[in-house]
Amino acid sequence: MSADRSQILNGIRRSLQRGELAGDGLKDVQSRLAQPPRGPTVARAQLAPADKVALFCQWAEFNNASVARVSAADVPGEVTGFLARNNLPANVAMAPSPLLEGYDWASQKMLSIRRGRGEGDDQVSITGAFAGIAETGTLVMASGPDHPVSLNLLPDTHVVVLREADIVGGYEDVWGRLRERYGKDRMPRTVNTITGPSRTGDIEQTIELGAHGPRRMHILVVRE
Amino acid sequence: MVPSVSNSSENLHPPPRRVALFVTCLVDLFRPAVGFAAIKLLEEAGCTVEVPPLQVCCGQPAYNTGDRATTRAIAMQVMDAFEGYDAVVAPSGSCGGMLSHHYPGLFDDDPALKARAENLAGRSYELISFLVDVLGVKKVAAHYDGAVTYHDSCSGLRELGVKEQPRQLLGSVQGLELREMKTPEVCCGFGGTFCVKYPEISNAMVGEKSADITASGAGTLLAGDLGCLMNMAGKLQREGSAVRVRHVAEVLAGMGDLPAIGEPETGAR
Amino acid sequence: MQSTAHAFKDNVGTALADPNLQDSLAKLKVGFSERRRQAAERLPEFEALRDRARDIKNHTLANLDFYLEEFERKVLALGGHVHWAPTAADARRIIADLCRSVGAKTVAKSKSMVAEEIALNEHLEALGIAPIETDLGEYIIQLRHEPPSHIIAPAVHLTKDQVADTFLEHHRKLGFDKRLTERNDLVAEARYVLRQKFLDADVGLTGANFLVAETGSSMLVTNEGNADLSNTLPKMHIVLASIEKVIPTLEDAAVLLRVLARSATGQESSAYTTLNTGPKRPGDLDGPEQYHVVLLDNGRSGVLGTEMQDILRCIRCGACMNHCPVYGAVGGHAYGWVYPGPMGAVLTPQLVGVEEASNLPNASTFCGRCESVCPVRIPLPKLMRHWREREFERHLTPKAVRQGLALWSFVARRPGLYRGLTTIANRVLSLFGRVEGRYHSLPLAGGWTRFRDFPAPPPGGTFHAQWKAGRKRP
Repeated sequence: MSADRSQILNGIRRSLQRGELAGDGLKDVQSRLAQPPRGPTVARAQLAPADKVALFCQWAEFNNASVARVSAADVPGEVTGFLARNNLPANVAMAPSPLLEGYDWASQKMLSIRRGRGEGDDQVSITGAFAGIAETGTLVMASGPDHPVSLNLLPDTHVVVLREADIVGGYEDVWGRLRERYGKDRMPRTVNTITGPSRTGDIEQTIELGAHGPRRMHILVVRE
Repeated sequence: MVPSVSNSSENLHPPPRRVALFVTCLVDLFRPAVGFAAIKLLEEAGCTVEVPPLQVCCGQPAYNTGDRATTRAIAMQVMDAFEGYDAVVAPSGSCGGMLSHHYPGLFDDDPALKARAENLAGRSYELISFLVDVLGVKKVAAHYDGAVTYHDSCSGLRELGVKEQPRQLLGSVQGLELREMKTPEVCCGFGGTFCVKYPEISNAMVGEKSADITASGAGTLLAGDLGCLMNMAGKLQREGSAVRVRHVAEVLAGMGDLPAIGEPETGAR
Repeated sequence: MQSTAHAFKDNVGTALADPNLQDSLAKLKVGFSERRRQAAERLPEFEALRDRARDIKNHTLANLDFYLEEFERKVLALGGHVHWAPTAADARRIIADLCRSVGAKTVAKSKSMVAEEIALNEHLEALGIAPIETDLGEYIIQLRHEPPSHIIAPAVHLTKDQVADTFLEHHRKLGFDKRLTERNDLVAEARYVLRQKFLDADVGLTGANFLVAETGSSMLVTNEGNADLSNTLPKMHIVLASIEKVIPTLEDAAVLLRVLARSATGQESSAYTTLNTGPKRPGDLDGPEQYHVVLLDNGRSGVLGTEMQDILRCIRCGACMNHCPVYGAVGGHAYGWVYPGPMGAVLTPQLVGVEEASNLPNASTFCGRCESVCPVRIPLPKLMRHWREREFERHLTPKAVRQGLALWSFVARRPGLYRGLTTIANRVLSLFGRVEGRYHSLPLAGGWTRFRDFPAPPPGGTFHAQWKAGRKRP
């Protein structure tokens, strides 16, 4: 095993005509890792907060998600209304998250909620989101006890509750938030960044939604 | 009809006066009119044009076959032939690009030769971009009746940035209407020896090109490289097309009345 | 898979005569390039991002050993495992051992070109372990026992009707006995069939678009969500990635992601971009119990420091083949191995030998469209030319080509002789071509005149002869 490791690493060093990195060369790469340089600034990721929210909604819709902007009090009602409007079942699988528990689900008598991970025959899931990226209308899901990954993937319809305050400009802003929350060297097991519903272009280069993941994605953007 | 070339007054640098024409093998052998057209355009833009007699080929056949030793030998010959001129101009993006973009890389192991190659590269140009970008020519006074479509030959387009220059000059030709193809930037399938090494693929490519040309509705096809032109003309004519094929310099120099590529001399039939 | 790259010319004949393939390619040529163009136009910083993407990859390659060790350190710290595989055989053995360690019967596979490169499926099948391709395109071609024809759209050579026939043949035993005619029905049927396979699989095997050294994460970009199911549901997740996939940091990933999707499919972002770091954590309700990364070299370390090094920047977006007129004429199967198009024409000779794949770097007009769209600015024509140089040095260039070239260069290096011979050639060709203006056939030019007329030079002599004679007009 370690012979294979040395073989590859020594092969690389032989080709690069040097030994193991040392001195200034080593310092340079170490400091680059410690303070990652950012790439060219993307103008549309640099907006004021209100414009970020608008841009997020615009790109999310461009990428085939539907978006509703609501107040916190209206979240449960909007979920029920969305399900009814689309003739979807009122049985939902919900992430066991403190954020979601903060809404008054008891007000929705029709809604039947199972809290836990996703199952193979789930029709609808409700989850929160760690962040939204305005640049591309992308949702960021960090896995953990409060957010099973399977809820992002198995159901036909994924309803996502995203707070306006969690909408950032670009990818780099998300990395910053992840490092802040989990520590620089400790990512959550899975970070899904999700842009619209699942899709495939594998038959005749024509996009069809709902390949393996959700075929429908509804995002509730919650005003503070 | 006497075509004339008008110089731009806002030209910042005095134009290189002593210009060597790099005729290119294909023009020499198959389409001398292109050489004469180039000289006419250059002279009317104020250049003194010479045709160095020792010039032969730029070496692309060897270069693209992987024969570096022969390519270097030919490149050295070309450097000798074009020593001392202010500019070396070829009516071809591919031969011009060979001198300006590929020669220096042949001599990475020899600083003296590399310096010579870089010197030549720095004063080598494709004809139309030389007229527009260096001499500041904005229009010609030629006349050509009918609709033309323009194919962007690959080396000129992607190595040398020749795209708007020919269109700008064609826009000043009286009676000429430019009708763009859907994909003027897609290769015609010539590729030097490629077209005889892989004739089936080349044929598929030029077949698609001829369909695009035909769909443009233009009666004349123009481009800046004779290899591409012969390939497309040969395909169009094999298909029985009436589209006429000419080098862009011929039309700009007012030589659009000559028999087109692959057409017999008037009265020869 | 067994290479048929040596039979390139025969493969070309087959491809050009296949009407289904030609229909698919006609669509591909317009669709992919147009969508990429629009996506690039929507992002003003696109060209600057391409420059940075190139620089990031160059920096990583120059320090590849460091970043691989750093990546390994981070994976281990979070409870994952890293396996080093110098060769394809090593990688196959490592993966088979991992599968057997959990008694795996089935492996849910997400599309991986590296798995194709090491012929993993054949190996697992021989050991009684069933690999199940879950990317829709890969699933279709697995059912048809075909290799992929494109690195991001493996079934792009097939029509909807061919897919419908394949599904009817293979899904009938599962109770689907109706031949489908609509694309969305075909997608839904595959989704249903594969859903159960995901739930049953013991191992999920994915590739990686990037490995992030900073965090020890593998990064995967897909549209279907199949990779995410593969790395979430089974109890073991194996990542198979080649060593040049490592990048330094998440910031670098942001740059590369911005050029990847736009170059590949013209999307602003692919639907799923997922970072996986180690196995399931305490308290997690799902995720794999084991996380393994297999790092494959397979000759890549030997490419570093050579004139071919630039190909190691490749991020497998497929833009070069989407814009290649040769790929557009013959499709991916003609190239005869895993990687088609311009990037394949550079990589395949490296991986299967230049003797086997000698045609691939030659079958190019050097039109340069691939380089003009490559998100990491790989000079693909230059690299193909380097292969031609290596072939020439090793006397692999076909004899007829060598002899012709030798004769031509003998003449081209003697201006006097050249002038004499071109004068004769010009006179002969113009004389016999005078009436028609062109030739329908010519001796020694059959490759040309089989499909095209050959224009005859007009009378009057070569340019040089006329110029010497003082003429100013032909």
